Amino acid sequence: MILDLARSRLTRAADSTDTASMLSPADPPPKVMAVAGGGHDGPSPLCRAAGLALAALARVLAGSSIRWIASQPDTCQRVYFANHTSHLDAIVIWSSLPQAIREITRPVAAKDYWSRGIVRRWLAEQVFDAILIDRTDIKVHQSPVDLMLREIGSTKSLIVFPEGSRSVSGEIGEFKSGLYYLAKKRPDIELVPVHIDNLNRVLPRGEFLPVPLLSCISFGPPLWLERGEAKLDFLERARRSVIALKE
Amino acid sequence: MNDIRTIALIAGVLALLTAATAVGQFLKRHPDRGLDPAAVNTFNLRLRGWWIMCTVLAAAFWLGTTATVLLFGLVSFWALREFITLTPTRKGDHRALFWVFFAFTPLHYVLVALNRYDIFSVFLPVYATLFVLARVAVAGDYKRFLERTAKIQAGLVVCVYCLSFAPALLQLPIAGSAAAEGAGNFRLLFFLILLVQFADCMQYVWSRMLGRRLVASAVSSNRTWEGLLGSAMSTALLAAVLWWAAPPFEPWQAAIAGFVVAIMGFAGGMTMSAIKRDRGVKDYGTLVVGHGGVLDRIDSICFAAPVFYHMTQLIAGIGPR
Repeated sequence: MILDLARSRLTRAADSTDTASMLSPADPPPKVMAVAGGGHDGPSPLCRAAGLALAALARVLAGSSIRWIASQPDTCQRVYFANHTSHLDAIVIWSSLPQAIREITRPVAAKDYWSRGIVRRWLAEQVFDAILIDRTDIKVHQSPVDLMLREIGSTKSLIVFPEGSRSVSGEIGEFKSGLYYLAKKRPDIELVPVHIDNLNRVLPRGEFLPVPLLSCISFGPPLWLERGEAKLDFLERARRSVIALKE
Repeated sequence: MNDIRTIALIAGVLALLTAATAVGQFLKRHPDRGLDPAAVNTFNLRLRGWWIMCTVLAAAFWLGTTATVLLFGLVSFWALREFITLTPTRKGDHRALFWVFFAFTPLHYVLVALNRYDIFSVFLPVYATLFVLARVAVAGDYKRFLERTAKIQAGLVVCVYCLSFAPALLQLPIAGSAAAEGAGNFRLLFFLILLVQFADCMQYVWSRMLGRRLVASAVSSNRTWEGLLGSAMSTALLAAVLWWAAPPFEPWQAAIAGFVVAIMGFAGGMTMSAIKRDRGVKDYGTLVVGHGGVLDRIDSICFAAPVFYHMTQLIAGIGPR
């Protein structure tokens, strides 16, 4: 399960199904977690091969056509922000990036889901090189945004879902504020809107077997926080940029 | 495939494609001929699709009957994907769709490969239909129930069931093909696809030349009655000329087959146009750039294949076992 950038304790309007399935009693109540793995010295050949295989599988299964609209793949530091419709979102966006970019792009994922079980943890830590965020224990002074910024350093990119949870209706909901703080703290990073179409039909909420329909991933032109732009204005502009890719 | 008829058929098609490609390239280089550049472009894209179709078909045949059945199975799978992607489904259909894609479609093609006509002729239309109805009901969402199940069933029948009659032609026990095992059956399949593609083309050509009365202007803006008649006549003529390629047919029987195939192909095109119009799209997919989707290419074959199969059965005097 992928989570939004900053589900602060205050704004957290818990989406009951999501949360219930994710809170495992076995999870110890950790402090802000240290991110394991991290691929600091490059992934091992096995992990690379697994990454390639998974990317290919995800592309075949989700049948994604990939469009870059007024936008180009680039290895510069970016934050890809997308609408959230399915568990597959992060993997499919990740696999629709060219390989050189994929290797420096880290999805942001929920720790409680992705650190459960050996396979999942190995995938998250070694293959996707995900940044796992503990959303059950978010400290005011140690926000996920800081953690993400620390983790990506000055080379890596991020995949985030600012809506917070997977939308049920198919409408793109309000964005949470994390994207704004990311943009404010690192004004040099390009924010690339991504629109995911039809993936919620491939693997809807609450299902575990996929149906191989065709999806479409559209990347839009990057945007930045304007000087003096208010938080809500910026978040709405970012949201509109994702909706605009729907056509 | 080392007999003279197969070689003649393939050489003829290759020569035709090569000539057409040359003409297409010439027209592309000389845009001052007073021809619509968009039409030239469409023509060239179509040609590319045919080259791909031809190559894949030849490769599959060279690998054998099972490989050909498998190839058509993959095409069916992809076409069904495009079909269901375009049709709105609800979450309650998800589990039913999973079984349709991963159990019924592959199993049907296994039955085709095993030549179990007695089972595969009812497997999808009866058993898959019953399953889909029951599975969607059990999922508990009754909204527009009949509409939703009908969509899934229509997809299965057109994309999977009907198309599978094309590779099933390879299994027909045609008298007189014992000498060159399987070559006659392969020519039969090739004959069908050739006729369907030719009918599509002729439909376009005749509509452009003589087309006055549109069949259904709301559904298709280029299919006319004149085009349909012209295409059926020309396809009948081509079929009669090529009768030697299709084992059990006499020239006049081949002509009738050509006529019927052209009309069925037309019906397929109209049907898919109606669905596309309803969904507000032009093409089904983006697999081969500019060539629409897989479903756009095979819609006429889907409709023509079962009719052609049963006509062949009838003429060859092969009853259902």
